[in-house]
Amino acid sequence: MADTQSKGLIGRFLAASPDSVGKTIFIAVAVCLVASMIVSTAAVSLRPVQEINKKRDKQLNVLQVAGLYEPGIKVAEAFAAFEPQVLDLETGEFTDQFDAASFDDLAAAQDPELSRALENDPAGIGRQSRYKTVYLLREENGDLDKVILPIHGYGLWSTLYGFIAVEENGNDIFGLQFYQHGETPGLGAEVDNPRWKSLWSGKKLHDESGELQISVAKAQGPAGPEHHIDALAGATLTSVGVDNLVKFWMGEEGYAPFLAALKAGEF
Amino acid sequence: MAQTKKDMLVDPLVDNNPITLQVLGICSALAVTSSLQVAFVMTLAVTFVTAFSSMFISILRNQIPSSIRIIVQMVIIASLVILVDQVLKAYAFEISKTLSVFVGLIITNCIVMGRAEAFAMSNPPVASFIDGLGNGMGYGLILMLVGVVRELFGSGSLFGITILETVNNGGWYVPNGMLLLPPSAFFVIGLLIWAFRTWKPNQAEEREYKIQNVEAH
Repeated sequence: MADTQSKGLIGRFLAASPDSVGKTIFIAVAVCLVASMIVSTAAVSLRPVQEINKKRDKQLNVLQVAGLYEPGIKVAEAFAAFEPQVLDLETGEFTDQFDAASFDDLAAAQDPELSRALENDPAGIGRQSRYKTVYLLREENGDLDKVILPIHGYGLWSTLYGFIAVEENGNDIFGLQFYQHGETPGLGAEVDNPRWKSLWSGKKLHDESGELQISVAKAQGPAGPEHHIDALAGATLTSVGVDNLVKFWMGEEGYAPFLAALKAGEF
Repeated sequence: MAQTKKDMLVDPLVDNNPITLQVLGICSALAVTSSLQVAFVMTLAVTFVTAFSSMFISILRNQIPSSIRIIVQMVIIASLVILVDQVLKAYAFEISKTLSVFVGLIITNCIVMGRAEAFAMSNPPVASFIDGLGNGMGYGLILMLVGVVRELFGSGSLFGITILETVNNGGWYVPNGMLLLPPSAFFVIGLLIWAFRTWKPNQAEEREYKIQNVEAH
């Protein structure tokens, strides 16, 4: 006994059997504490760099969906061709309440002042910002060429975030691309497959009477091939999610007023 | 068991390779070898995690209660993996998008757990570190070999630099698209295991049964 006493508290602790209840609990708590401190330090200190990467990646995706991306180009420079605008979804008009370059519509969706809870929520997003950042691409003579609209919604496992590029007539789709999602690799993640994405090019949102007809489905609906995008094989729920989110964002609660204004040639 | 430190480092490369001999870590080897750049980053990540997790577990080995030892090992491994994941997201964003879930899945990579349980729990820290380093590199060696085959014949390039000009770019080489799909790695790894065991016949496993000659009475 005298021998263990002389080692002091730490010495006695180290010499104790690792299988005692006290030590088991102590080791479990200590390891977890140290590990969580290391992990959270890394996460917090690296966040600013990660944010810059995310922003750059978003710009890259805007370029890609507009068909302007080529390997090796300077993203920030090429991105300067776009004119960011904050859109008021309800009126379909631009607003200058916010700085378009820094306005974050996804963060705004959490702000009760700037957003609304959705009652009818096919896209599964809960709250929707009343303002969205859209990107306008103009031709050299100043005429509107395309608009890039941010869209998001729930697939099978995750919320898919992406862009849809619509031609200046407010009806023809130029392209669609998701920049962030967590769908199953090889199945739902095939939303990133270039061949599938190319199916969107040239599809029409509305039919001649102005009804929203675009659909992602296994079988072509009565509306005809120019409104139908083939669903992904083996990824039924992701396809349904994409179908819902595109319909939601192109519909009355989404960009419909803006698209109508585009159609009327207001920009 | 009197291994020198050099043996510990070199053994897992060929003689005791975690993929070809122990057939561990196949899942990620299928997923990340379609391009060399990605395979290389994955190699670095796994080597870092195996080496340091083995070292930390070895430092704590006399204090870890046996009833919760797997959990303690997992906590240490998982923390290191998250660390790697965060660093990749900050400094190699494109690659981290390609690696996606597979960085996170290093946590469940059998090689890391295997070395922690089989080696680090009963050996001193420096030896464990070297053992982890060696096993990570052994895994990486196979990853790189598979990556060379898949990228060269699948997309005609190595590390993204065109070697065989593909038809799509006006060259002569028709790329073998199957090599870009995960199952092709099964064939390549299978062929590698065959090659290794032909070269070193003692690696071949014994048959589980033997055909016996029974004399008819």
